[in-house]
Amino acid sequence: MATVAVSPTNDDKLWNGGVEPLKASYGKLMMWFFLLSDAFTFSALLITYGLIRFAHKSWPVGAEVFSPEYWPIPEKVFNAMPFLHGYDLPLVFVGIMTFILIMSSVTMVLAVEAGHRMDKADVQKWLLWTIVGGAAFVGCQAWEWTHFIHGTDEGTLLANGQRIFGASLAQNQYGPMLFADLFFFITGFHGTHVLSGVILNFLIFYNTTMDVYQKRGHYEMIEKIGLYWHFVDLVWVFVFTFFYLV
Amino acid sequence: MEHTVSHTPGEIAKPNTAHIWRTFWIMAAITALEFVIAFLMASGPLKVSIFVGLTVVKAFYIVAEFMHLKYEVKALMFSILLPLLFVIWFLVAMISEGGSIYSVR
Repeated sequence: MATVAVSPTNDDKLWNGGVEPLKASYGKLMMWFFLLSDAFTFSALLITYGLIRFAHKSWPVGAEVFSPEYWPIPEKVFNAMPFLHGYDLPLVFVGIMTFILIMSSVTMVLAVEAGHRMDKADVQKWLLWTIVGGAAFVGCQAWEWTHFIHGTDEGTLLANGQRIFGASLAQNQYGPMLFADLFFFITGFHGTHVLSGVILNFLIFYNTTMDVYQKRGHYEMIEKIGLYWHFVDLVWVFVFTFFYLV
Repeated sequence: MEHTVSHTPGEIAKPNTAHIWRTFWIMAAITALEFVIAFLMASGPLKVSIFVGLTVVKAFYIVAEFMHLKYEVKALMFSILLPLLFVIWFLVAMISEGGSIYSVR
């Protein structure tokens, strides 16, 4: 009887060729290779930012205003904070966003750990916190974009005497046009990843609640989605450094 | 509530999360350190290298601990990490390309 009970779970781990390559399940391995390809996409985007930034004049030492002539430095651009209009708070808001995303990565690991123990209640609790963290991050990014699009109170005076406010695909008060384009594209691409992550997290939360994984006998799906979620956090660590810190 | 659940004999084991929180505190400390440096240090190549270095440390903890790559078999580890060497080559090539675009303009 014991062998009958054991052999199906063993067969479950094997791929159709009869072996388990790299001691990982098919789904987990494919998630890793997908993430590798996604890492190349994000690297290409960030390296493009680097190339274009180096092809422009850098911020002159002691300069106080934006100009289409030179690349802006991030602490001058990202210094606003909700409810604290008019204060110069460089990188504070984006620091909070970074903290939210790291925190939601931690709650995701806790959900995976609870899944290993087949603890449905704990998986639900930590997945919910992860969803809350992800949604909070997307909300913060929406605010950040709104501020970026509307611009500062003073705007920027162009050489032709025109004063422009904020950034769009047609104008950019913060510096060269490409700076705004890259901001929208890179943070937008990352934000889309976060949004998909929140949707995936919601789906596995739903499945957990409906006992899908409990009946299957393992919570491996939480691990696979968890890999994706950590990757989104990982990309943000790089975006934070190359877009906001340097 | 949860206590009564986890005490049911032979059912759910106690959470074992000490190492997760340890990783979290390391990441939080690095992020705090980045903020201190952002405000106290004059910008320059040294500041940029410190930021890039700390980013790599954070990336290591996310990939090794959170994504558990450290505990996978070596072949899986290298099949993920080695292709990323191309990124370093791409980075160096494109940044120097950017510099030469600036100088010929």
